[in-house]
Amino acid sequence: MATEMVPHTALTLVDQLPAFQILASFLAAPLIVVLGSRRLAWPIAFIASAMSLIVALMLLSQVMDGTVISYRMGGWAPPLGIEYRVDAANAFVLVLVSAISTLILPYARTSFGKEIPLRHHTAFYAAYLLCFSGLLGVTITGDAFNVFVFLEVSSLSTYVLIAMGAERDKRALTAAYDYLIMGTIGATFFVIGIGFLYMATGTLNMADIADRIVEQGGNRTIRAGFAFIVVGIGLKVAMYPLHRWLPNAYTYAPSAVTAFVAATSTKVAVYVLLRFIFSVFQPNFLFEFNTLEYIILPFALIAMFAASFVAIFQSDFKMMLAFSSIAQIGYILLGIAFLTETGVTAAVVHLFNHGITKAALFMAVGAYVFSANGSYYDTIQGLGRRMPLTSAAVVLAGFSLIGVPGTAGFVSKWVLVQAALEKGWWPVALLIVASSLLAVIYVWRVIEVLYLRATPQGCQVREAPASMLVPMWIAVLACIYFGLNTDLTIGAAETAARGLMSGSAGMR
Amino acid sequence: MRHHLILRVITKLLIGTIMLFALYVQFHGDYSPGGGFQAGVIMAVAFIIYGIVFSLDDVQRVLPPWVVHKMAAAGVLIYAGTGVYSLFAGYAFLDYAALSPHHPVHGQHYGILLVELGVGVTVTGVMVTIYYAFTSRTPILDDEAW
Repeated sequence: MATEMVPHTALTLVDQLPAFQILASFLAAPLIVVLGSRRLAWPIAFIASAMSLIVALMLLSQVMDGTVISYRMGGWAPPLGIEYRVDAANAFVLVLVSAISTLILPYARTSFGKEIPLRHHTAFYAAYLLCFSGLLGVTITGDAFNVFVFLEVSSLSTYVLIAMGAERDKRALTAAYDYLIMGTIGATFFVIGIGFLYMATGTLNMADIADRIVEQGGNRTIRAGFAFIVVGIGLKVAMYPLHRWLPNAYTYAPSAVTAFVAATSTKVAVYVLLRFIFSVFQPNFLFEFNTLEYIILPFALIAMFAASFVAIFQSDFKMMLAFSSIAQIGYILLGIAFLTETGVTAAVVHLFNHGITKAALFMAVGAYVFSANGSYYDTIQGLGRRMPLTSAAVVLAGFSLIGVPGTAGFVSKWVLVQAALEKGWWPVALLIVASSLLAVIYVWRVIEVLYLRATPQGCQVREAPASMLVPMWIAVLACIYFGLNTDLTIGAAETAARGLMSGSAGMR
Repeated sequence: MRHHLILRVITKLLIGTIMLFALYVQFHGDYSPGGGFQAGVIMAVAFIIYGIVFSLDDVQRVLPPWVVHKMAAAGVLIYAGTGVYSLFAGYAFLDYAALSPHHPVHGQHYGILLVELGVGVTVTGVMVTIYYAFTSRTPILDDEAW
């Protein structure tokens, strides 16, 4: 037996890309701690993030035509071994996450200089990279349990990142603690759900689970698993009644952390939800249909209005944006609840467009925190002339948040309305437009505070440094670019939606 | 003034045995129950009991906090480094066959030993970090600090 030789064909570096996707940042994190050098921490983090972006773009270009890449961890074949599986849907999310991270790191360097004590800097970049690689891992893996593991890697490091805001505001500690409790409950529900699926199917590989569910049809165990997974991931997504952790966590975290987490973490959770609803479970099961139509759809509509209303009455720019995020997640969930290809396309496009819009807005908030030392409306009033570039970025990104034509936000809302009309649900289409009017109000309040109120006497506030303005404006210009040129986003989202909608066949 | 003579003598006797047992559990883990997680905890116990019976300062003179932090990270590097080696040798990530291409079964043995060593180092580091974090806590913040 020992002499038996297994023929081995060497893998090329291109074959190894799915592993590199995670490894660049996952190796860099302990390396930063072992080196322990404050000066090297940022360059290492940036190189790791940029490498991830390049790998993600290469993967996306390979799968855009609908092919699926499968990578065997440790050489063990699926369904026994852990499989990394890249298709259009997750390659798209991989690009979003690594692009946002690469954009935010140069910004973070300046922003953290002021917000985080120097002794925490190396630990901070290590935690940041762990969070980043966890998010990439959740996205790329094709193994249900591996999703849980990476979800925990990213969540645990997110709690640390949020708690680091305690230097500026001690409430960051309670915010991080709330998120820790809620996030852990979510993760527990998720893993219980996977336990049920494992009980029913005897496998953890997502494609394999899907096949076996088709064979045996729906039964009570699978239904219980579905319920637990939807609630567990719902907590991570901040689906409407499970959103309470989000506003405080976003408001009291350091600015760059908020920008990164807001733009990526909930989006990755939405991707997991999509993957489970469409690929692992079958949309044509009656119970799933009912869940989406009678539970997720109403909650998505409530989120769009309730969270927008709350956002209007905030007195802190950052808190307002946090509530607006909950409303925007409502749009994404609405797209999923339509259960049509156009609906899923809208969800995937909005996931991307909202990601870059919120990244731009939260980076602008960070610039106010940097220069004016706060983001309350009282603190930033009249800064439109003192910080012209930052404020102009707020206006443009705000337009994208509302969905003004010519911005990224318009494209996704347009597709969403189209999906509603396609289904003949015109009241829902009207509600989408009506809730956009609420967005007009809360964005207008900020513009009014910035431009129409008088600057306080003796105001010494200066424009933020270029290292913060450049990433912010790249994100703003991306909002406009993807509003005018929709080939890339809608094209990728359509391929992704088609792959997801074909159910387990899409996993072949 | 030094109390608990018996406790201190017994602890000193035990620490060596505990460490030896940790190493046994670590490196015999692929034949018998055990492995990196268990061994790491047992190894950490040797330091924690020293800290409890003597004092935090004593144990931190043996194992300073910065070393513990580096251990936690270094273990992960050993683990992932094994995978990266196999990756550049033309095998899948963490395919231990790469460690001994002419004898893949031996490769699996070497691989699991290396990877478990990484796990052991990290778990020791993390367990001792948790102990340090709890015992060296500063008093609760006063009302002004909030």
